[in-house]
Amino acid sequence: MADTVSGPDVRTILDAGGYRAALEWIARRAEAFVIPIAALVVGMVLFSLFILAVGKSPVQLYETMWRGGFGSWFSIQNSLSRGAPLLLAALCVALPARLGLVVIGGEGAIVLGGVAAAAIGVALNGAPSFLVILLMGVGGVAAGGIWIGAVGALRHYRAVNETISSLLMAYIAIALMNHLVEGPLRDPASLNKPSTQPLADIYRIGNIPGMEVHWGLIVGTLACVLSWLLIEKTRWGFAARIAGGNVRAAQVQGLAVGPLIVGFTALAGGFAGLAGMLEVAAVQGSANGSLAAGYGYTGILVAFLARHNPLAIIPVAILLGGIDASGGLIQRRMDLPDATVLVLQGMLFIVILFSETFYGRFKLFNPDLWQRPDFLKGNV
Amino acid sequence: MEATDIGLWGVPLAMLGGAIRVSTPFIFVSLGEAITERSGRINLGLEGTLVFGAMSAYAVAVMTGSPWLGLLAAAVAGLCFGLFHGWICKFPKVNDIAIGIALMLFGTGLAFFFGKPFIQPSAPDLPAISFGAWSDVPQVQAALNVNVLFLIGAALAVFLWWAFRNTRIGLIVRVVGDSADAARAMGLNPNTVRLMATGVGGALAGIGGAYLSLYYPGSWTERISSGQGLMAVALVIFARWNPLGCFAAALLFGGAGALGPALQSVGVTQGYYLFYAAPYILTLIIMIATSSPSRTLAGAPGELSITK
Repeated sequence: MADTVSGPDVRTILDAGGYRAALEWIARRAEAFVIPIAALVVGMVLFSLFILAVGKSPVQLYETMWRGGFGSWFSIQNSLSRGAPLLLAALCVALPARLGLVVIGGEGAIVLGGVAAAAIGVALNGAPSFLVILLMGVGGVAAGGIWIGAVGALRHYRAVNETISSLLMAYIAIALMNHLVEGPLRDPASLNKPSTQPLADIYRIGNIPGMEVHWGLIVGTLACVLSWLLIEKTRWGFAARIAGGNVRAAQVQGLAVGPLIVGFTALAGGFAGLAGMLEVAAVQGSANGSLAAGYGYTGILVAFLARHNPLAIIPVAILLGGIDASGGLIQRRMDLPDATVLVLQGMLFIVILFSETFYGRFKLFNPDLWQRPDFLKGNV
Repeated sequence: MEATDIGLWGVPLAMLGGAIRVSTPFIFVSLGEAITERSGRINLGLEGTLVFGAMSAYAVAVMTGSPWLGLLAAAVAGLCFGLFHGWICKFPKVNDIAIGIALMLFGTGLAFFFGKPFIQPSAPDLPAISFGAWSDVPQVQAALNVNVLFLIGAALAVFLWWAFRNTRIGLIVRVVGDSADAARAMGLNPNTVRLMATGVGGALAGIGGAYLSLYYPGSWTERISSGQGLMAVALVIFARWNPLGCFAAALLFGGAGALGPALQSVGVTQGYYLFYAAPYILTLIIMIATSSPSRTLAGAPGELSITK
C-alpha cells in the first residue's frame, strides 16, 4: 500500500491536527447520549401501550408521573430524597462493572450498613455527635465493604460467580438483619415494627439548608464524582479498566488483579453500606425492616441506564427517584397498583439492555462515513 | 390430626416432610434451568418467571375453578417469558445475565400488577396423594402427604437424564451448549436451539411457580418466592448440569429450608431468622466448595458465560 501513496495521506494530516480524534470524540459522545435517550423513549412508548391495554390513559399517567416526580418544588425535593440512596446503590453496581463483574446484591450491603450504623449510634450514646456520626459512617462503610468485598474475593480467589453469590448474600444479610432487629438489638418499645433503639436526636443527620432533602444527596453526588475521578483519572482506575477488558492481559502486564478486584468491590459495597447508614441516620432514625426497601435493586437499573458511568448516574438516579416518588400519586389518582412503577422499570431495563446491540451499528455515529467538510478539501 | 408426642424425632420427620413439600419448585426450576444452561445460555429471569407463574396459576384457578387449568396457564406464561429471553439474547452485545436480571424485575412487577385482585380470594389446591396412611402417627402422615407435582418432577428428572444421553434432541442441546461452532458445522442453528431450550426452561419454571401458589404455601402473596428461582440457578451448577443431581440437590435444599420450621415445631425458637437463611448459606457454601479458580467445572457447557 505504502508504495502507491505519493504524498502524505489526507487522513494522516487531519489526524495530526487532532481533527479526526475530535470527530471520534464527538461521535462517541453523541452515540452514548442519543441511544439511551432513544431507548428511554421507546420504553415509555411500550409502557403506554401496556397502560392502554389495561384501559387507562397513558397521557394522564405520564402527566401524573410528572406532577408526582418533578411538577412542583415539593415533588422535586421528594424525588431528590429518593434519588439520594440510589446514587450510592448504583455505584455498588457500576464500580465492579468496570472490572467486568455483575454484582446485584447491593441490597445486602445497604441493610447491613444500616444495622451497623444503628448499633454504633446506640452503643455510643452520650459521646460527642460529630464523633458518633463519623463512626456510624465508618461502620456502615465497613459493613457494606466487607460484605461486597467478600463477593469480589470469592470471585477472584475461588471463581465463585459474583452475580449469584452477591444475591445469596443479600438474602443472608436480610435474614441477619431480621435476627438482630428481632433479637439482640431489639428495642422492647417497638411493638408492631421491630426496630433497634432510636438514635438520639443529636446523632440524626439533618437536611441541606433551605431544602427538605437530607445530606445524603450531597454525599451521594460527591461519591459519584470521586468514583468518576478514580476510574478516569487514576492509575487504579486505568488498571481496573484494563482488567475489565481482559483479565489475562492485565495479569500479563503485571497488574495485581486480585487486590484490584477486592478493592473495587469493597469500595462499591462501602458506598452501599453508606447508603444504609444515611437511611438510618437521616430517614428512619433506627434500623428496621424498611432498610430492605429495594434501593439495591433499583440501583442495578440506574447503573445499567448510566452505562456504569458514575457521572451519568447522578441524573439517572434522580430520574428514577422521581419515578419512584410518583408511584404513590399514580396509585391514588389513577387507581393502578403500586407495582405499576415496577413494570415501567422492568420495561425500561429490558429496552436499555437491548439498545446495547445498536452501538456501532449506525452510520450516523461513524466519523469514517461522515463527509469531510468542504473547507478542508482544498487544503491538502 | 392431633400431634402425637414423638419428641425430637419430630425434627428429622418434619425435615423430610418439608424437603418433599419445599423441594418441588426447586426441582422444576432447576430442571428447566439445566436444559437452558446445557444449551449454553443462562436465564436468571426464572425468578420472575416463577413469581409470574405463581400469580397466573392462582388467577386462572380462581376464575375457572380448576387447578389444572391454572397449571397450564403458568406453563404457557413461563414459555412466553422463556421465549422472550431466548429471542432477545440472540442479538449481538446483549448480555444474557443482565437480561435475566431485567426479566426478573419485569416478571415480578407484572405479577404484582395483575395479582393485586387475587390476594383475597382462595383457589382450589392441586391434589396430593397420601402415602402415610399405614401409620397412626399424624406427623408421619403429614410428612408423607405427597403432591402429584413432586412425583411428576421426579419422573421428569429421570427422563431428562436419560434423554440428554440417549436422544437426538439431547445431543443437539449438548452440542450447541458446548460449542456453537461445532453445532454450526453440523448444520444446526444455535440461536434456534437456545430459543427452544430457554422456552422449555421458562415453562418448567412457571410450573414450579404454580406449585407455590396452588399447593404450598398455597396462596398468592407478593412474598411467595424469596429467591427460589435464583437459588435454583446455583443449584444447577452444584448439580453439574445433571438432572438427577438437580433432583437430589432440590431435596437437600428443601430439607435445609424446612430446618427452621421443624426446630420451631419442637420448641426451638432461638435464631429463627438465622435458620431461615439456611438454604442461602448452604447454597453459598456449596458454591464456594465446588468452584475452583484453576479449572472449569466438570461437566460445564463450554459456551456458558457464568462459569468462564
